[in-house]
Amino acid sequence: MAKRSAPEVNAGSMADIAFLLLIFFLVTTTIETDTGLNRKLPPIDDEKVEPPIIKQKNIFTVLINGKNQLLVEDELMELKDLRKAAVEFLDNGGGVGEDACSYCKGKKDPKSSDNPDKAIISLKNERETKYGVYISVQNELVAAYNQLRDRRAMELYGKTLKEMEANYSDVNWIGNKENLKEKIEKIKIEYPQKLSEVQ
Amino acid sequence: MAKFNKKKSGDLPAISTASLPDIVFMLLFFFMVATTMRDTTLKIENKLPFADQVEKLDKKDLIMYIYIGKPQEAFQGQYGKESRIQLNDKFAELSDIKAFIASERASKREELIPFLTVALKVDEGANMGLVGDVKKELRKENALKINYTTKKGDVKDN
Repeated sequence: MAKRSAPEVNAGSMADIAFLLLIFFLVTTTIETDTGLNRKLPPIDDEKVEPPIIKQKNIFTVLINGKNQLLVEDELMELKDLRKAAVEFLDNGGGVGEDACSYCKGKKDPKSSDNPDKAIISLKNERETKYGVYISVQNELVAAYNQLRDRRAMELYGKTLKEMEANYSDVNWIGNKENLKEKIEKIKIEYPQKLSEVQ
Repeated sequence: MAKFNKKKSGDLPAISTASLPDIVFMLLFFFMVATTMRDTTLKIENKLPFADQVEKLDKKDLIMYIYIGKPQEAFQGQYGKESRIQLNDKFAELSDIKAFIASERASKREELIPFLTVALKVDEGANMGLVGDVKKELRKENALKINYTTKKGDVKDN
């Protein structure tokens, strides 16, 4: 039999295959960024400073007990009702005179909070509380604030706060950023996030 | 004369492309080796809870991670089944947080220190007791910016 040399395999397209792989991995690799709820802890109390006196009606207490039950203003509540209750409390605007709230749409119940600036949500938990439940509750409370802020932003500027913040961080956005920042700050001042995590 | 007339071939000799894949593979390997996904190996179970009112946590270099959760099965013999703290690659005690914060701060430029955030990556099954202790420790160290790291999702799944 005659010896035949094996024909040379064309390796030119190997590069294409390798590039294809490289580009595929480049495109599909996402370095995942973490998301979460941002909070600010209170500094350790200076003993000399007297804690300010807060009226009981301006405090909205939420307690999660060791059995993961929710006690809101001394009454048992389901998690799904918490957001609505928190919104009602924050947006009550029951104050008169100096404390009156011109932009609140609540029931103006004199037994509930004076205005959003005075309203404080106090979140308590026990040592046995499950972390997942705690986060759910925090999430609902933050949602209540966001809901009110968005509503106010829609009223004033026809955009939700989220859109405004997205615009603010968008480099290509055309418009006055200083102005926009002021608007965002204004809404955050009207509905300040006063959420206290008691130990 | 015809003797000296070499037969001219009109077409160029083909350039061998056989080494091109080597070059590309070299690139591929270089990036594979040089890319480090800097992440601590977890020794605890870390199933994050869900939340939908989340904010993005960018600027990864300005974040200190504290992990809390039940030790993984391989470590349960040694460390038990109760939730533990993990800092970097080791199990830690509450008292280690102080040193951890100090060392993280020392490794950053001074002007960036106020922007440091502590990301609490806590297993959803952990007890709030330990989390509360950690928060207290952080307050003592004046590391007040914290972030409860969560996954994006519905709270009903918690």
